[in-house]
Amino acid sequence: MNAILTHLQKLEAESIHIMREVVAEAENPVMLYSVGKDSAVMLHLAQKAFYPSKLPFPLMHVDTTWKFREMISFRDEMARKLGAKLIVHINQDGIDRGIGPFTHGSAVHTDVMKTESLKQALDKYKFDVAFGGARRDEEKSRAKERIFSFRTSDHRWDPKNQRPELWKLYNTRKAPGESIRVFPLSNWTELDIWQYIHLEKIPIVPLYFSAKRPVVERNGTLIMVDDARMPLEPGEEPMMKMVRFRTLGCYPLTGAIESEAANLTEIIQEMLLTTTSERQGRVIDHDQSASMEKKKQEGYF
Amino acid sequence: MAHKSDLIATDIEAYLKAHEEKTLLRFLTCGSVDDGKSTLIGRMLYESKMIFEDQLAALESDSKKVGTQGEDIDFALLVDGLASEREQGITIDVAYRFFSTDRRKFIVADTPGHEQYTRNMATGASTADLAIILVDARKGVLTQTKRHSFIVSLLGIRNVVLAINKMDLVGYSQETYDKIVADYREFATHLGKDGEIPFEIMPMPVSALKGDNIVEKSAGMEWFDGPTLLEYLETVPVQQAQLEKPFRMPVQWVNRPNLDFRGFCGQIATGVVKVGDQIKALPSAKESKVKSIVTMDGNLEEAIAGQSVTLTLEDEIDISRGDVISEAKRPAEVANQFETTILWMAEDAMLPGRTYIIKTGTIMAQATVAEPKYKVNVNTLEQLPAKKLDLNEIGECNLHLDRRIAFDPYDDNRDTGSFILIDRLTNATVGCGMIRFALRRSSNIHWQSVDVSKQARSKMKGQRPAVLWFTGLSGSGKSTIANLIEKKLSSIGRHTYLLDGDNVRHGLNKDLGFTDADRVENIRRVSEVARLMADAGLITLVSFISPFRSERRMARQLMDEGEFLEIFVDTPLDIAEERDVKGLYKKARAGEIKNFTGIDSPYEPPLDPEIRVNTVEMTAEEAADAIIVELEKRGILEG
Repeated sequence: MNAILTHLQKLEAESIHIMREVVAEAENPVMLYSVGKDSAVMLHLAQKAFYPSKLPFPLMHVDTTWKFREMISFRDEMARKLGAKLIVHINQDGIDRGIGPFTHGSAVHTDVMKTESLKQALDKYKFDVAFGGARRDEEKSRAKERIFSFRTSDHRWDPKNQRPELWKLYNTRKAPGESIRVFPLSNWTELDIWQYIHLEKIPIVPLYFSAKRPVVERNGTLIMVDDARMPLEPGEEPMMKMVRFRTLGCYPLTGAIESEAANLTEIIQEMLLTTTSERQGRVIDHDQSASMEKKKQEGYF
Repeated sequence: MAHKSDLIATDIEAYLKAHEEKTLLRFLTCGSVDDGKSTLIGRMLYESKMIFEDQLAALESDSKKVGTQGEDIDFALLVDGLASEREQGITIDVAYRFFSTDRRKFIVADTPGHEQYTRNMATGASTADLAIILVDARKGVLTQTKRHSFIVSLLGIRNVVLAINKMDLVGYSQETYDKIVADYREFATHLGKDGEIPFEIMPMPVSALKGDNIVEKSAGMEWFDGPTLLEYLETVPVQQAQLEKPFRMPVQWVNRPNLDFRGFCGQIATGVVKVGDQIKALPSAKESKVKSIVTMDGNLEEAIAGQSVTLTLEDEIDISRGDVISEAKRPAEVANQFETTILWMAEDAMLPGRTYIIKTGTIMAQATVAEPKYKVNVNTLEQLPAKKLDLNEIGECNLHLDRRIAFDPYDDNRDTGSFILIDRLTNATVGCGMIRFALRRSSNIHWQSVDVSKQARSKMKGQRPAVLWFTGLSGSGKSTIANLIEKKLSSIGRHTYLLDGDNVRHGLNKDLGFTDADRVENIRRVSEVARLMADAGLITLVSFISPFRSERRMARQLMDEGEFLEIFVDTPLDIAEERDVKGLYKKARAGEIKNFTGIDSPYEPPLDPEIRVNTVEMTAEEAADAIIVELEKRGILEG
């Protein structure tokens, strides 16, 4: 036993402490499972927090119906392996209206199929606390986010009216209808996440590893043709390229990067040598300045 | 993110191995808007190569648009997050930043320096191992430097870097630097007890803007032979002290997957625990031995401060969330009354006599605050008399909990000696504090048990005790209705007593005025009297304006379940004012009476009273009859 904990051991212990506080004090918690690498770490930490018990809350995936197919199969396999209860929520109203990224653009699609859908699901199952895998290092407005983030009964986030968080004393009290989003990975960075996945041998979706995949290039972004719903422009021909993804979301909104990194150490190596930030692959951040802050106020995770 | 290490390209496995052994340091930076705090953090992020090219490009364009450095890069823009703040050009909240070097990962709490944001600084300091206090070399030790240092010492931070910034603007003068350091050391002797400086001071001359002594040694200051800021942050020892303290683990959750396993989950606050150690659970004081230390990665032989673990014990003793598992030979203390230091964090003042929810460790309880002994002027450290604490005020204050809890003084243990206070109605975190010590009287005053019980007393009277609490504006008709009801109850042989607001203020409460604080105390006393009367078996009628929900709730909680009935005499202000039986509204409007409920002091109507009577639509007699019917329905009048 080392006399001093490493940074990863400290982060792990903090996240476990946060999760146990929630389970001890919440009435009906849920873990939002987005199938990405951060969710993978969060899920792994949850197993540790409650071992030898099974997860004392269900996992919920807000499915926009445009996720990569490999994400869906990975998700189902993980839930089966852990014996966890998995809730998949799809905004049926959005489906009926035919909302999709190609027909309505990224902003409307994300708003209806992700933000709206999440609110619907939280209301439907009356979850009072939802774990999310967001990190403070992801984006500037996230740096001021609390670990326990309060939402009004209409799911709004008011950046001026968040509770001070001191020591490890989280105030989980709330009025009926109000809810809390809890971010156990708040203090982790992208590098911490990768190091921890490496150290703990945590399974992740193969899309993070480079492989030959069919892609088209649009506005300088490589988009993978994951299924037949992707409309091709005249003369556009999917090319097979060695690509991988740094973040995962809806396939039409997630840019691939050309890479030879086919295993974990190569990914970390590439990340350490790279010169652009993680969220650059996400179409949503570029829409407008301070866009993430605005989305969060409206209820985006 | 080009970390400098060549290992990344040549031997990534070795690099990862080395980096998995890194330690963690949390620090906060304190300084005012102009001290260059954001610039310092931005510089550290930049120098440790934590800025990506796309962020750098955005930074360059932002610097030209809204920056304060002309064509140069404005590092402060890297750190200022929310849109509204960026427009105002100030940082208004606590933000957390991350960077790492080959030796350590750092979490920086960036907190603003404005006076009204004392609470944000305390928030950042509560989780920090170290503080960087920035001083502008041109200005020296200012009032705000003192304020920041006081809060840092209050929150128990033991390592302070005194960064004398903007050395480039004073010609890198050693004389200027030496004078500021000497001034600061002199001031710091006033922070501790008996002239002792409560933390280690590491002074260093820097320029965040030019990069002097941040990562690279300054060429202009060869006279300084200390480490650079980053070197110091990478090597300063932390954590070690936590391991030498006695073992403490507040229990968060009891893990019971099946009948054969009962584990106590928690994060170890201090010390070390080994299999076979004798432990004591508090407050019960039951002892046992550690049977196993369970984790998903296999059982451990020992665990140390900071780890989240699950303990199983040799004996089946009753332990639940809120208990503290301690080393048996050096256990935590147990008490229900404390002297504390409180920092108030809410717009509504802290009122003595009011009850708040306290969270300390993993315990939630009710805590009543006493009148502050004094408050501290954070600029001069002067102790001032105080009746209450306003937003951002710090005071010494006694706390009385509704039960005994395990704790340690904050100076010994940050985890088991810290607390937050929560408003019972809004659920907001309204204050935070540190336990200094337990008050002796909490262990010396025992509850005297008596043989004739409440049940026996009420049985003799052939009735159920109850408290009928009439609330409403002055002139609403409370006393008239209460008087009618007491007559009706007497006529059917019930033993009653009527406590009337005006009458009680002539005796028991004649020392109290009409400020918010006095109103709270007024209700606290009368609630206690009502409780004693209910204990005597009486049906007690209380006719008090009692304008605040919080105190009515406090009164309710003193009584047994179902014993307290809130009766809202609902008369609109204009009607009450029109009646003005005692001529008080007229005087209040004329400014002759201050703090008059409904005029210049608020009335918070009950949200969910047991009984509501409307005195506009019914007479006092009808209202009294309606209440009697309701009391019968609720079984209050049963023998």
